[in-house]
Amino acid sequence: MEKTPKWVDVALIPLLNLLIAFVISGIVVLLIGEDPIKAIKVMVSGALGSPYGWGYTLYYATNFIFTGLAVAVAYHASQFNIGGEGQATLGGLGVALVLLAFPWPHWTIALIAAMAGGAIFGAAWAAIPAYLQAKRGSHIVITTIMFNFIGAAVLNYMLVNVLRPRGSMDPATARFGPATHLPTFHDFPLVGQFFSKSVPANVSFFVAILACYLVWVLIWRTKLGFEIRAFGRSESAARYAGISPVKIVMAAMLISGGLAGLMAINNVMGEAHRLVLNSVEGAGFIGIAVALMGRNHPFGVFLAALLFGFLYQGGGELALETTIPRELITVIQALVILFTGAFDNMLRAPIESFFVARANARKEA
Amino acid sequence: MDFGTIIEILDSAVRLGTPLLLACLAGLFSERAGIFDIGLEGKMLMAAFFSGAVAAVTGNAWLGLLAGVGGSMSLAFVHGLASITFRGNQLISGVAVNFLASGFTVLIAQSWFHQGGRTPQLSGNGRFDPITLPGADAVQDVPFLGPIYSNLISGHSILVYVAFAMVPITWWVLFRTRFGLRLRAVGENPESVDTAGISVIRMRYTAVAITGVLAGLGGVYLATGLAAGFVKEMTAGRGYIALAALIFAKWRPVPALGATMLFGLLEAISNRYPNIDLGVITLPIQFMQAVPYILTVIILAGFIGKAIPPRAGGQPYVKER
Repeated sequence: MEKTPKWVDVALIPLLNLLIAFVISGIVVLLIGEDPIKAIKVMVSGALGSPYGWGYTLYYATNFIFTGLAVAVAYHASQFNIGGEGQATLGGLGVALVLLAFPWPHWTIALIAAMAGGAIFGAAWAAIPAYLQAKRGSHIVITTIMFNFIGAAVLNYMLVNVLRPRGSMDPATARFGPATHLPTFHDFPLVGQFFSKSVPANVSFFVAILACYLVWVLIWRTKLGFEIRAFGRSESAARYAGISPVKIVMAAMLISGGLAGLMAINNVMGEAHRLVLNSVEGAGFIGIAVALMGRNHPFGVFLAALLFGFLYQGGGELALETTIPRELITVIQALVILFTGAFDNMLRAPIESFFVARANARKEA
Repeated sequence: MDFGTIIEILDSAVRLGTPLLLACLAGLFSERAGIFDIGLEGKMLMAAFFSGAVAAVTGNAWLGLLAGVGGSMSLAFVHGLASITFRGNQLISGVAVNFLASGFTVLIAQSWFHQGGRTPQLSGNGRFDPITLPGADAVQDVPFLGPIYSNLISGHSILVYVAFAMVPITWWVLFRTRFGLRLRAVGENPESVDTAGISVIRMRYTAVAITGVLAGLGGVYLATGLAAGFVKEMTAGRGYIALAALIFAKWRPVPALGATMLFGLLEAISNRYPNIDLGVITLPIQFMQAVPYILTVIILAGFIGKAIPPRAGGQPYVKER
């Protein structure tokens, strides 16, 4: 049997699925009595039509790169990490604790320390579900869902009872020192003049790109990555080859949780300059859509994160300029997950059989 | 704490436990048939919205119920299509269903009612009123048993009684009928059911449809019984707590009643006493809210008995060729 061409698998099918998701979203917009063409125009001009829009689009994309990579790395070990939300929440706590603990002299040192804090807290939040999956066979999907809720409760407790400055009613930490503020695109040489001061995109974007590259190296160029992929394809084969399931599940999930936790350098350290309730805003879940869309490849994750960054920023503009609520983005996100994930076989089966039939016909001719 | 307070807390536990119970039994049918369902939350939310919306427009709670169950079943059908027909990943499909409901309900609510993603306040026949059981007023003053009957057992909306009745019905259907045997077999060993000439596909779609109805009733109760109308994200994680209860109950109907009422009780207690002072330490409200999830993790870890899901759960059935 012939295989389908690679471009069909990595480009054609995902793009067709995306197209279906967008067409249905357009129908939903029509249903609520709005004009889909106008909606697209508002979204494109709001998210991509100005440096201001780009500044937000890239800021959101940075979040989604981290959470998308988190889901992707776990997925290569056939673990469905649905707990990115909780891991990013705890990552925020780690970043905040690090930044408040010490009067950091310069953002570079602070960034490195904050990255360690975020990654360690995120990884720790993934560690218990990972251990329970590896050692006791507790289903990781359920435990990571539970840890999302427990994480939200922990953050709530810490902000209300422990970290809230004296006299403040707001469940949030104190502001981080000005020296820890990350340079935004406005502060960059050459391009800085185009971006206004209010644009939140910051150096974390480049950390995210670096993370994409390092994940690629890890998965396809290291022994651990090979073992993760082997284990993900066939647990029994991996076990037979002497790969320890416990080690792989733990390693993949710790890296995954660490990546989700790293997101906090963008939203907590880079943008809010303090830790507030619900600072993750669903980015952990969007990571699922991003990883599915990007076929769990770092480059795909990068592109999908840009797409969702665009949707997120465009959706915000939509809510401002039209009567379409920003929840439209949640619907689009759901449809992308549905069609690129759960309904994947709907198109894949007929398309693959078409290419197989064509290849066979050629061979006979 | 006097007797009256205890009755009040238990009464509140029943109310708060009911949507969990309906959703938990919903998940039970699906997962027993081998279809994992983390989309209970979305189905409840969809049902809550459509019941709230239709009841507000028509002023009839029963029409609201039909619309709510219809909304929930449409999502159940999407999940069935993904997990049975297209043999997709059931967990991913469940995630999609939850987001679909979360976004869609607000979008439509805003477009129909322009009230910031909520439906108009329900009143009169738009809600399911409390039912006073026969003799409830007469025995009110009987010591001990009187308040239990008239305040705790009587005075709930019809859906509460339906939910409680569903526990023995579910048990009977699953363990005493041919249909139930086949349904459980489809979840444990679909090949054997197929060999016996019974359609695995049809059994699983039936189970998913039952899930849609029950989860729908849970959502309808939220919007028309517990509250008076739909509010954005009003399920607030109840679908996930129901899932937790299902594992806690090890996929059995009677323990499901116990688990959901326990979680309802926890919520009732934390609503009434936000911080519980145990002398040595004070349990903060955040801890009380997290208890169902922590308990589930402990159960899943196998420290209190082992929770073993149906064997064929999560796997699409592929007929051998």
